Amino acid sequence: MKFSEQWLREWVSPQLDTQAVADQITMAGLEVDAVEPVAASFSGVVVAEVLTRESHPNADKLSVCTVDDGSGSSVQVVCGAPNVDVGQKVPFARVGGVLPDDFKIKKAKLRGVESQGMICSASELGLEEDTSAGILELPVEAPVGMDFREYMHLNDMTIEVDLTPNRGDCLSIKGLAREVGVLNRQAVSAPEVLVVPAAINDTFAVDLEAPDQCPRYLGRVITGVNTGAETPLWMVERLRRSGIRSIDPVVDITNYVMLELGQPMHAFDRDNLSGGIVVRMARPGEVLTLLDGQEIALRPETLVIADQTGPLAMAGIMGGELSGVSETTRTIFLEAAFFSPVAIAGQARSYGLHTDASHRFERGVDPELTPLAIERATRLLLEICGGQAGPVVEAKSEAAMPTAKHIKLRGERLEKALSKRLADDDVSDILERLGFGVRESEGNWLVQVPSWRFDVSIEEDLIEEVARIHGYNNLPVRRPAARLSLRPTDEAKLSLGQLRRQMVARGFQEAITYSFVAPELQSAMLPDAVSPVLANPISADMSVMRASLMPGLVRAMEHNLNRQQSRVRLFETGLVFNGELDALSQVPMMGALVCGSRDPEGWSGAKASVDFYDLKGDLESLLTLGGNRDAWRFEPAEHPALHPGQSAQVMFEGKPAGWIGTLHPQVRATLGLKVDAVVFEVRLDHLSQGDVPAFEPLSRFPEVRRDLAFTLPADRPVQTLLDSAKVKAGEYLKDITLFDVYAGKGVAEGYKSIALGLTWQHPSRTLNDEEINQLVESIVAQVQAELGAELRG
Amino acid sequence: MDHLPALVSEARDAIQAAQSVAALDEVRVRYLGKKGEMTTLLKGLGKLSAEERPAAGERINQAKQTLAAEIDAKRQQLESEALEARLAAERIDVTLPGRTQSAGGLHPVTRTLERIEGLFTRIGYDVAVGPEIEDDYHNFEALNIPSHHPARGMADTFYFDATRLLRTHTSPVQVRTMKSTEPPIRIVCPGRVYRSDSDLTHTPMFHQVEGLLVDEDISFADLKGTIEDFLHAFFERDDLSVRFRPSYFPFTEPSAEVDIQCVMCGGDGCRVCSHSGWLEVMGCGMVHPEVFRHSGIDAERYTGFAFGMGAERLAMLRYGVNDLRLFFENDLRFLRQFA
Repeated sequence: MKFSEQWLREWVSPQLDTQAVADQITMAGLEVDAVEPVAASFSGVVVAEVLTRESHPNADKLSVCTVDDGSGSSVQVVCGAPNVDVGQKVPFARVGGVLPDDFKIKKAKLRGVESQGMICSASELGLEEDTSAGILELPVEAPVGMDFREYMHLNDMTIEVDLTPNRGDCLSIKGLAREVGVLNRQAVSAPEVLVVPAAINDTFAVDLEAPDQCPRYLGRVITGVNTGAETPLWMVERLRRSGIRSIDPVVDITNYVMLELGQPMHAFDRDNLSGGIVVRMARPGEVLTLLDGQEIALRPETLVIADQTGPLAMAGIMGGELSGVSETTRTIFLEAAFFSPVAIAGQARSYGLHTDASHRFERGVDPELTPLAIERATRLLLEICGGQAGPVVEAKSEAAMPTAKHIKLRGERLEKALSKRLADDDVSDILERLGFGVRESEGNWLVQVPSWRFDVSIEEDLIEEVARIHGYNNLPVRRPAARLSLRPTDEAKLSLGQLRRQMVARGFQEAITYSFVAPELQSAMLPDAVSPVLANPISADMSVMRASLMPGLVRAMEHNLNRQQSRVRLFETGLVFNGELDALSQVPMMGALVCGSRDPEGWSGAKASVDFYDLKGDLESLLTLGGNRDAWRFEPAEHPALHPGQSAQVMFEGKPAGWIGTLHPQVRATLGLKVDAVVFEVRLDHLSQGDVPAFEPLSRFPEVRRDLAFTLPADRPVQTLLDSAKVKAGEYLKDITLFDVYAGKGVAEGYKSIALGLTWQHPSRTLNDEEINQLVESIVAQVQAELGAELRG
Repeated sequence: MDHLPALVSEARDAIQAAQSVAALDEVRVRYLGKKGEMTTLLKGLGKLSAEERPAAGERINQAKQTLAAEIDAKRQQLESEALEARLAAERIDVTLPGRTQSAGGLHPVTRTLERIEGLFTRIGYDVAVGPEIEDDYHNFEALNIPSHHPARGMADTFYFDATRLLRTHTSPVQVRTMKSTEPPIRIVCPGRVYRSDSDLTHTPMFHQVEGLLVDEDISFADLKGTIEDFLHAFFERDDLSVRFRPSYFPFTEPSAEVDIQCVMCGGDGCRVCSHSGWLEVMGCGMVHPEVFRHSGIDAERYTGFAFGMGAERLAMLRYGVNDLRLFFENDLRFLRQFA
């Protein structure tokens, strides 16, 4: 909400400069966003009267005027505005004056005619954006020669407050003045609003069909209104300084009352209404053309103001085009109503609307304000547009009106909440100045909440009121005390930090990619994935939840490849989303991607590219951290995003836990990726599951090692050989190491040679050759029988 | 005997002329070995008279010792020269970079989250996490934000259907923790949150850390102390000014926004702080009794405070990052700066 400092100071004017007032209300919870002068700086502009006007001899669109600028002699000036006329009072920039943007006024000759100054338009003085309006016409009573800034009270500031949604009561000068008053413990003087007695008997019936939504509706007929009247300059200025453009006098008056008191109002053209006003819910199929020309299909949960013929306005949001006031309007029906916040909340937004009225009604407008507002608006209307007012008609449902809330504030609770005892009188004073009804007894208060405070309903709300007015920064500071109690920790668990740091140590940079990805990207990599789709995504390429970390990592790789970063090593941790909403799994994963050279570019290393085994090594380094490497296995398996011959399902304790593989060439082609990349993605819960170490006594007896080379059909995974060998290796096998893989000369085609080093050790004696030979023989027999593997000579 | 001086002189020349330990060894054998010339001389003593013999023997032995000493000295010299030569030959350029992999680095947001978690876990807070696809109840209702509440407009929410959404804050984790845990509760909840907002200063996903402390006799003063300590510790500046400004969150009462003196300009006013000298860094307040009620906690007996902050914002201030969007581009040139 924007407001004029001068306007506020008419209600309450503390001995503080503008910035101090802004700081003060900011620190009371009404955050000031901006403080700006209401007019750009200019000087040498005075009120002048146009004495003569003649056509310019050499230019059709110019006129030559003389003005009385109060200097004692008339001044000749050439003016380009079509609306300049004799007798007008105008802002006149004298020679030597300076207009906004440092525009200096000098003596000049315009098409051969001397011009000593300039008659100004509102836009030339920085008072209006619209540059088409011609010169600014001032009221006839404006005193000639008076400094224009002084005359217009332009040495004023516009203060913009960003109000939190609970403080709808401050969306008016009245509300803001109340706050400033209590902060300075200063009385607030509201302008007197006198009741306008009915001069005619005209009324218009009002019926509340939906009293819960609209418990109170005041209306008044005013006849003989001149809607062609000019809105007085002071009102135009106040509206402008509050960020509202002048439209016509009737709209301006309702806006003015809204800014001043906080009551949004509406004016109907009485002659376009028939039957009587009915405040009711919209009926199915009803359509309303709004003031802004939009045609809206109303939904039944929307409250409308209707007459016999149908809906006239969306209650508390916007009026209709047909029933609105126009230049031809002579009789007005003025509305001041209380709509319940619940009835309005969300409605405007659901139609894509947001108006000053809906903004206020959904936050709560004081239900007791309606009589005051209608009198204030009537008086202004009669003053500006003339006419005669009928009696105020009020429809009210006492049962549906908000009831006054009474809250008990316990002094002890207040003291405990703030760790400070405030003087009882101060507490009472703060609450009273805020408008609360206060009854204090023995350090407790019984408080009645004022009708405009929709946000206050419990004791804590009162504590906040007292605290914020007292000043948060005047409250004490302490540290919470707690019992020092040890908490159990699971030693077998690896922390996320440990896992991340292992990846970092292996040369990976951590990435954070969006949790939503482009559907095309995801389906290119995971055609079968089902993951939730956003109903209102920010853009189509961020519309589906990721079912895997792979798509995001691939995109991050691309980003870097496009920026001359050819060696990419990235990892990410985060949730992936799988399944329909009703059977959704949100599983934390760790994923990684590598591409480019194996080693950083350097003087020593080979220039080889990374391959499957590089990333597998990185992953295995994670798997060994927990001391339970044996719980993990890699099984050849196919994944749509991965090369079928270079992909494995990662298994933890026999359960699928993730994938590793080279990107499928087809997927690469679809995504337009120019380089090979290897990726893995493994469940974090399994990665973090380690073992607590269990000690085994060290044997004093020697180890025995035998190296065995086997030829194995090339398509047999090595894992099968290892598994098979272990079957017969006996219980004293300590270790089995694969130290060579070879295919080529000396090994039959379609076979590979695998060299294993087996180490045995007995805990309590020396193993003899005979035992070992027997074990070796059974191993050889076993792998031959099971896998067709032959011992090489 | 008469040629002893000549022999010694000849041997000396040979010793000095030796170019290697092996050559020197040859010289030694030639003169001092079992069949060496000096040994031969000693053997020739028998031919002398008994009177002459001791003196002659003495002279030969002295000459032998002299030569032996000279050979030793020469050997040491040669050995040391050989070592020098070898060391010189083995010299490498130690300024060449090492052969190992370079290390990577954590994302600056992770780095920031870990720092924040660390500050709180060290004084007894636990870390709690939760789902990111949440329901309306945990994200809004249980936090005292009923469906038509104007506060729903405060955070533009990503929805999947009428009731399921991407969490707009990590507060649902607080709700879940309060429901499952008896006070005292001390947790921090880091994680991804989502709001449908995307411009220079907003990304549709960002990270929050929220904290919650529930116990008997917790007051606004405890909140102030905790927040002040945290901000001083996070920015490693004990003199950093912190101020509490009344604000509004449906789930806390009283509520406050926390400003710090601008860390870029020291409070003088700059572009980062919009020339106000203050930076809004977090929101906080005392847990609203309605939130306690939803979570089954007795609001008469227990009080508590909650706070929340954006990790990206703190990371930007801490490390001087000037563009929020960089956090999610994953540009290696950016990420490497935080290794």
